[in-house]
Amino acid sequence: MGDVNDMAGTTSRGTVTIETERCKGCELCIPACPPDVLSMSTEVNEIGFRYPELRPGCTGCSACLLVCPDFVFEVYRYETPQQYEVTP
Amino acid sequence: MSDILPTSAPPSVPAKKIAGFKPDLLMKENHNLCPGCGEPVALRKLLEAIEAVGAQERTIGVIGIGCYTSFGSGIDVDLVQALHGRAPSVATGVKRMRPETLVFTLQGDGDMVNEGLQEVIHTAARGESVTCVLLNNGVFGETGGHMTATTVLGQRTKNSLEGRDAGYHGYPILIGDLLAQLEGTAYAARGSVHDAASVMATGRMLRRALETQEKGLGFSFVEVLTMCPTGWFIPTAEGPDYLDKVMGSVHTVGELKRKAHD
Repeated sequence: MGDVNDMAGTTSRGTVTIETERCKGCELCIPACPPDVLSMSTEVNEIGFRYPELRPGCTGCSACLLVCPDFVFEVYRYETPQQYEVTP
Repeated sequence: MSDILPTSAPPSVPAKKIAGFKPDLLMKENHNLCPGCGEPVALRKLLEAIEAVGAQERTIGVIGIGCYTSFGSGIDVDLVQALHGRAPSVATGVKRMRPETLVFTLQGDGDMVNEGLQEVIHTAARGESVTCVLLNNGVFGETGGHMTATTVLGQRTKNSLEGRDAGYHGYPILIGDLLAQLEGTAYAARGSVHDAASVMATGRMLRRALETQEKGLGFSFVEVLTMCPTGWFIPTAEGPDYLDKVMGSVHTVGELKRKAHD
């Protein structure tokens, strides 16, 4: 495996589980994410809020979990980093 | 955005779980607090600090009146509900009768600094071996968002719509600095929850405060600045920036006092 930085956005060292139904759409996780791989959905959940969605590039740093007031995130780190084909 | 990854279930390939949804001492994730509130974030770090010092089986919390009171039935440690502002005095009684326990209080700024300021000052002056945690958001969040004693000058609240004016409303009380001056205070710190790094730093402060109590050094106090976008009339996403720039410029973040640890 080469330098991880060369493949930023295509390699995920970690991932998160997102409990979207509990999200109240405060958007605090979006700027908190260091690799900037979270973005808000266009759909809304059952209680009417938009929720975060994950794109490739997660490092499993758990910054989103630390700032989330609604306990929406669960963080995992892969044993071997996962590669993704990103459509430009 | 065709490259959205599935996140509804744990990963199917081998992966190590770094952190769960909620701290282990919290029994349910659901709560009724507003979007963008900083209090659940601070509560997570407090409960993790209790676990970190290994005291979850002998902790007694005394909880004040505020939005955070709704967590009272969902925290897996023994809790006493105190009247407005009286939590430090109740905690004093608990600690004196049960010295082997770890006693903390959880109060908001309206509860601690407005409704019961003398309780916390006398508890600190007596050097009681309890840990008081203040969630400071500068408004009475639960009762409608009016001004408290910690509201900074110029801040808009329900009853200071043009901003807090020193001539009319007086000056804010910097409670952390006030308590740090007292001889009985062994540890005083002010943390914040406006970004991930400050949340981590706040967690360390809470842990040090509990360790101070475990060592019997005296009174320990941690003030946590939290967001209240509802009470501040701002969008939730602007909360952290407002907290850092407006509140953080007056209530400066950092350790205020630390008596020598052995």
